[in-house]
Formats: sequence, C-alpha cells, structure tokens
Amino acid sequence: MEGYIFSNLVALALVVSAGFALATARRSDLWREAGRTIARRRPIALGVVLLFIAIGLLDSVAWVDGAKDGASGGTLSETQPRTVVDRFFPADFKERSYSAPLADAEFYGGASLRYPGSHLLGTDILGRDVLHLTLKGVRIALLIGGLTSLIVIPLALVFGISAGYFGGRSDDVIFFIMSTLNSIPSLLLLIALVMVLGRGPVQVCFAMGVTSWVGFCRVVRGETLKLRELDYVQAARALGVSNARILVRHILPNVTHLVVITFVLLFSGLVLSEAILSYLGIGIDGSWGQMIDQARDELSRDPIVWWNLLAASGALFCLILAVNFVGDAVRDVLDPRTVREDV
Amino acid sequence: MTAVLSVDGLETSFPVGSRRVAVVDGVSFQVAAGEVLALVGESGCGKSVTALSTLRLIPKPGHIDRGTISLNGRNLLELSVGDMRRVRGREAAMIFQEPMTSLNPVQTVGSQVAEAIRLHERTSAGDARRRSIELFDRVRIPDPDVRFDSFPHEMSGGLKQRVMIAMALALHPKLLIADEPTTALDVTIQAQILELLRELQREFDTAILLITHDLGVVNELADRIAVMYAGRIVEEGTREEILTHARHPYTRGLLRSIPSLARRGQRLEEIAGVVPPPRDWPAGCRFCTRCSEVLPRCESELPDARNFSSTHSARCFAIPESAS
Amino acid sequence: MFAYIVRRSAYGAVVVMGVLAILFALFFLYASPQEIALRAVGEKAPQEVIDQWIENHGYNRPLDELLVDHYRRMLTFDFGRSDADDTPIIDRLREGAGPSLSLTLPLFVLGLVLGIGLSLFVAYFRGTYIDTAGVVLAVLGMSVSVLLYIIGGQFLIGKLLRWFPISGFDPSPDLILRFLALPILIATAEGLGGSLRFYRTVFIEETSRDYVRTARAKGCGDGRIMARHVLRNAMIPILTRVVVAIPFLFTGSLLLESFFGIPGLGSLMVDAIQGNDFATLRVMVFIGSLLFIFAQIATDVSYTLVDPRVRLE
Repeated sequence: MEGYIFSNLVALALVVSAGFALATARRSDLWREAGRTIARRRPIALGVVLLFIAIGLLDSVAWVDGAKDGASGGTLSETQPRTVVDRFFPADFKERSYSAPLADAEFYGGASLRYPGSHLLGTDILGRDVLHLTLKGVRIALLIGGLTSLIVIPLALVFGISAGYFGGRSDDVIFFIMSTLNSIPSLLLLIALVMVLGRGPVQVCFAMGVTSWVGFCRVVRGETLKLRELDYVQAARALGVSNARILVRHILPNVTHLVVITFVLLFSGLVLSEAILSYLGIGIDGSWGQMIDQARDELSRDPIVWWNLLAASGALFCLILAVNFVGDAVRDVLDPRTVREDV
Repeated sequence: MTAVLSVDGLETSFPVGSRRVAVVDGVSFQVAAGEVLALVGESGCGKSVTALSTLRLIPKPGHIDRGTISLNGRNLLELSVGDMRRVRGREAAMIFQEPMTSLNPVQTVGSQVAEAIRLHERTSAGDARRRSIELFDRVRIPDPDVRFDSFPHEMSGGLKQRVMIAMALALHPKLLIADEPTTALDVTIQAQILELLRELQREFDTAILLITHDLGVVNELADRIAVMYAGRIVEEGTREEILTHARHPYTRGLLRSIPSLARRGQRLEEIAGVVPPPRDWPAGCRFCTRCSEVLPRCESELPDARNFSSTHSARCFAIPESAS
Repeated sequence: MFAYIVRRSAYGAVVVMGVLAILFALFFLYASPQEIALRAVGEKAPQEVIDQWIENHGYNRPLDELLVDHYRRMLTFDFGRSDADDTPIIDRLREGAGPSLSLTLPLFVLGLVLGIGLSLFVAYFRGTYIDTAGVVLAVLGMSVSVLLYIIGGQFLIGKLLRWFPISGFDPSPDLILRFLALPILIATAEGLGGSLRFYRTVFIEETSRDYVRTARAKGCGDGRIMARHVLRNAMIPILTRVVVAIPFLFTGSLLLESFFGIPGLGSLMVDAIQGNDFATLRVMVFIGSLLFIFAQIATDVSYTLVDPRVRLE
C-alpha cells in the first residue's frame, strides 16, 4: 500500500474515533460539564490546540493529481502525492538558497527569486519555504505525542491495573520491572533505545513510549489499589461478578480521567524531548526540533539568518504553551484531589 | 455579667462564581466569662465560618465584610496583623474538629504545645517543656513526660484532642472557641472530652464558644444556645428555653430529630431536605424552603427578632402573637 | 534503621541486576554484532574488515559467554575500550567527571535555592496578581524548548552583549567561572519555570492543611509557619524531586556540554552517539543508573529522617 493512502486511512480512523469518543463523552454529565468548564476557562488555548490538530489532519490527507504511469508526461509534482496543506502552496515553491521573509532577491548574492515577495517566512538553506516546512512540522509534533501515547497508555493501563487489582506475585513482578526501568535515567535510556532501534518516527516514538510509561503506570496502579477496596467493587466481588467484568465495568471507567490528564500533560514533554533528540541527530525528520537544530549555526552567519529559528521555535512554543494551559485546566477539572472545597 | 466576646453584625463572604455571597450574614451574639454559648445548626449553615471569623482565621478568598468582634472591649477587626497574632493563643484559643490532621505530623506533640507557650512568653525551652508536661497531666494524658516526645500518628484521636486542648489552654485564654470538638471521636471518648472541657472551664472561668451540630453535646455543656440556619441566627436562649420551649420551626424540627427514650417506637422525624447552598438562599426567611408552617410573606420579608423573655428571642412570622 | 538500609540496598542490588539485563538485551540481543560493526566501520566496508572488527571487540563469542562477561566487567568497573577509538573508557570517565561536576554542581545548588525561594515567595502571595504572574511566567518558561534557551542565550548574552565567552572551557581557577557563567545562567533560567510551578503546588497544598490553621490559631506568624511547619512537611515531595536530578550531577548535561564545548561526561555521551560507540554508550547508561539507584536508596533513607510516619518495613 502506498504510504499516503495509509496516512489517509489513519487520519480518517482518527476523526471517526474522536467523533465516537466525543459522542460517548457527551452522554455523561461529568465529561460534558468538564468539557464546558475547560472551554470556558481556556478558550484561546483550546482554540490554538484545535487549530494545530486541524492542520495536522489536513496535512495527513493526500492524493496524486496526474496519471501515475507517467505516460501523460506529468511533472514530478503531478506524480507525487500532495497533502491539503501542500496544496496551499505552488507545486514547486523553491528557491536556490536563503531568502529573507517577503524578499525579492536571494539573501546572499542577491540573485532574483522565482517567487519574489511570496515567501512569508523566507526560505531555508536549500531554498525551501519556511512557512510550508513549519506547517508540515505540526503533523510531526502531533505524531510524536499521539503515537507515543498510543504506546504508553495501553501499556500503563494493562500493567498498572493488573498490578493493582490482582496484587501478589504479578504486582511484585510488575513493580520490579517498573523500578528497574525507572532506575535508568530517562534521557540515557531514550538515547540507548533510539541508538539500538535505529532512526525513524516509529522507533523514536516507541523509545519515548518505553521511557515514559512507568510514571503513569504507577499512578494507575495506585488508583486501582484504592478502587479495589471500595465498597461497591468489594460487593461486586462478593456477588461473584467475574474479574474481567469488574475490571471493564468498575475499574477502567474510573481511571479514564487519569488517562486524559496524563495524555495532555505527557504531550508537551514528549514534543520537547524530541527536540533534544533532534539536536543529538537521532530525532524525527521534518520536526521542529530538527529545524531548530539546523538553524542554530545560522545565527553566527553575517548578516544573521533568523527566520528559520524563529518560525520553528515559535510554532513549537505556541503548541506547547497552548497544550500546557489546556493541560492545567484539564487537571484542575478532572483531578478530584485538586478540587477546592466549598464553604 | 460582662461579655468577654461580643460579636455584632458579622458578615463574612466567599466568592461563588462571579459574585460574593455572605455565608455569615449579620450574626450577633455575646459570650460572658465562665459561660458556654453553643452555636448549633446543620452542616453548611455557617457555624464554622463564624468561629473562624472570630479569630480572623478565614482562609482566602473568604473575607469579613462588616461587623465588629470585640474581645475584652477591643475590636479585633481593627487590630494590626501583628497584634492579632498576639491575641490568638493568648487571649483567645481554638480547638478544631479534626484532631487527626490538626497537629503537625512531623513534630512531636510536646514541642507543638511548648511552641504555643514560647510564642507568647519569653521563657526557656526547659521551662516550656516542664509546663507542657504539667498541662498534659492536667488534661489527663497518661505518662505525660513520655507522651511529650510522641508524634501525632502514635496517638489515638482522643489523646490528640487532649493535646489540642492542652495547647489551647496553655496560656489560660479568656475565650476558647471549640469547633465540633468531639465530632470525630468515639462516643465514650466524647463524654470524657466534654467532661474535661467543663472541668477546665470552671477552673479557669473561661468563656467558651462551642460550635456543634450535636444537641447531645449541647445538653451536656451549654449554658445558652444560639441556633443558626443558612448564615443567620434564628433563635437564641438559655439551654432550658431552647431545649424545652423552642419557638422557631427550625429549632423544633432539630429537636424532634433527636432520638429519645421517651418516644421509643415512634418514627423519628426529620426536617425535609438539606440546607441549600449559599447561592440559592432565599431573600426572606431562609428556612422558608423547608418550613412546614411557611406563610406567603416568609419568602420575601426577613422576620425581626421577637423577644419571649429577656434571654429568649426568635426570628419567625409564624409564631402566634399570644406566645409573646 | 541499619536493617532497613541493608534491606533497601539489597533491593537496589537486585535492580542493578535488572538494569544490566535490560542493557544486555538491548546491546547484545537486539543489536547484532554485525549491525554494531557495520555502524562502526561504515556500511560499505568489506566483510573481512567487519569480521575483524567483531573479533577485535570480542563480539564473536557465544551469547552465554558474552552475558557472563557483560555482568562481570560492568560490576567490577572493567569497562574495556571504546568501540570508536579504542581508548580505555575508564580514562575518559575520569577526565570527564571534573568538568561535568564543575558545571552541574553550581547549577544544581543555584536551581534549588532559586526554585524554592521564589516559589515560597509566590505561594505566600497566593491568589494575588504576584501569584498569577508567577504561574503564567512559569508556564511560559516551561513551554520554550531547551534548544532555544541555549541558542538564544548564546546569541543574546554571548554574541550581542558579549558578557561571557560563547563557549569553551578552561579548568584554571581564574578562568573557569568565566566559561561556566553562561551555561549556568541559561540552564538555571531554563529549569526555573518547571521548579517554580512544582514547588508552588507543593507549598500551596501544604499551607492549606489543618495543622497550619492550628499553628495560626495559636499565634504563629506567617514567616514562622512557612519556615517551621510548612517547609519541613514539604520536604518529602522536594526530596523526591531533588534526587531525580542527582545522577545528572555526574553524567553531566548532554546539551549544555556539547553546545558550550565543555569536555565532560555529557560531551563523551554525545560523541558516543555521533560515533556509534556502543561500548561507551552502554557504560554511560550503566553508570547513570547505578548513581540513580544509589540516590533512590539515599532518598528512602532520608524520608525516614524527615517524616516520623514512615515505618521501617
């Protein structure tokens, strides 16, 4: 299967499952109220996050224009799949080298541009449009957070709940695995994993998943331990309800809020970690971290090239800031420990 | 009798959503030396906020908006922060409902009592220790010199409450505010603590403001009773007057809801519903949403206090004229 | 108490074994000798060269022998030679420890003092504009990538303002501070947002507890409550957070050292990554974990000193 078709399907699956999750959440008063509170308290941050998600999704939907066999003599741009975001830009939107934002000529040398005055954020050393690259970085950032969470959350839920619920030997084993993994400083483990697994988005996300599930697992384990002792769970056990049913009906729904909180709080840390990996040369291609890394020597050029660094770090900052603000609100709303007592 | 504590028109508000709601709304009362005034009501009626307001211990974002609180003739609301600090613990002390969490878990109980002494008196650590041990003995903590070095988690709830009492009475304050002092304790321990409080109160001639929802405790300890409902005092009188001649429908409802041997076998009555949250308090008499004798005017007008004796008054339109 | 330390250390030793097992799985089972050799000598090297490399570095032995050797050498600190340039790894570690410590130790102390001091200040003004401004600034600070802090800091302070040299290192006493000032300044600023937010939450949670109300009711002033009551109770979350940072005192900061040209252990690690030097990487991860495990034991023991409720079981 072509890569872009797979990407389209994933995007579709994401939209469908998000719609399904929203529909389910709307039926619960708790979640509906939580959603409203967050939207009321952090409207701008929530809007920014949604905007980023929209860009990321639009950048995941791609199709090919021209005939693929090349018999019609299509150019390169007609045989390559292009996403919705790509289509906002001319097909061959490139210069030969640096050009400043909205410049008419190349930055060094002053040769005339093919698209004078139209590169809103200038171009990079290879002449690629920086705005375009920055927008394409959105999808990578979301991929980092999303794919990693897809690894972290199931892993932590399965291990955390079984350790907390069944206790005994399985708890001992899982606890030992957790404390062992937790004893390796996470950046070192992350680097070792990426080095061994090799580069690539899936490998990097997998490595970040392995290094970050332990903390969440510990929280889930603790919560499950508490839930297990609650009267209604004890009552269900006494009535002979099967373990599987108790886990699905009573335990799982009561740790969902932790999943949401962790996901939002984990996200920004993951994207920032990827930036560090990019600096070390083992990040994901096309990420903002990589753009920043490539831009770091440009400040010592003369005159300096600043727009690359500004665009990538600005986009990174906006996303992380918005996610952090939303994350705080999510935690305040969903975490019962932070609920302020009423008079 | 001159009042040790005299609270007049106290109003304390908390923000609810975007506006502020007076959780304590124009409360006035006096406590004389050697007297126990019980402030009674269901949870959520503003008793604890009244108690905390008295020592200006209202946590932010709560705020005392109006009123005077005079202790021995001095208005506490006009004192500087430093002067107020010197009043707390020395002239007026307080014990709390939760002995489990009210003591600092990482310090020995003895050092916490000694701290109360040394905060207000220049004295050596050794002297503070000696006096603390005496106090422990006085509140009948067994092995006081051993217990001095215990940590809170090594003690039972009853013992911890005795430590709290020792701490509160360390400097013989004129006023003791006891906020549900026995609620968190076992029944047998409750009786011992009440007994201890009464004994110490007689010995030091302390005025006690007792906050409780438990009419049994009131009957044990109180000289006078003020009944609070939804931020206001609805009825006030001596123990006899309230417990046997209650006028206000709310007070009578409260009294009917205590089990008694005399009415064995009968169904226990209760007041329907709960205290509404502050943002839903009605404009007139706040009890009108639950009152069985409600009149049309109750919903919009606030009843004035009517006196039935020099000590007994109530705020209600439904009490027949002949009664007064 | 002694029995507790022994028991806790024994568990730590078991965890060390577990860490070594993970390392073995990663570096010997998952990554085959062929792959490691390929990365070291280059993709296009002839097979003889690769085989020679594998033999020289001892990767051609049977797995069980490798496993025993791996445990024996790691546990006796016989780390062997680098896969990249054949220097003994232990020498590189010795050389790097000094520069790393000279960077991380002041950084650690400064970060801790500023973090706790500022958050006490902000928590004291909770609910006021000072508090809100502190929280917003902290979140803003946390949302900026480390890379930008370093690049921006070097550019602004080093290049535009010319206060300090942009990079470099000189261990002589009169020069060391000039070179370390910029990385320390930048890294302190970078870490402040996160620690301010963390410590503020801790202090605010602690100040809303019942025992604080009791202390106020007996006439304690705010300053005394913070210093005598709150700080001591807040030590447990603070200790937990501080200990996490201790291993990095030794392993150094990868980014800082590499950006500022400080020849410490962080630089060694970055070189190992860029040179596909798996032997050094393995050792670095092991040393880091070992220190971390020690630090965790130390925290658990210090809990018992700070909190009388912790039972030695």
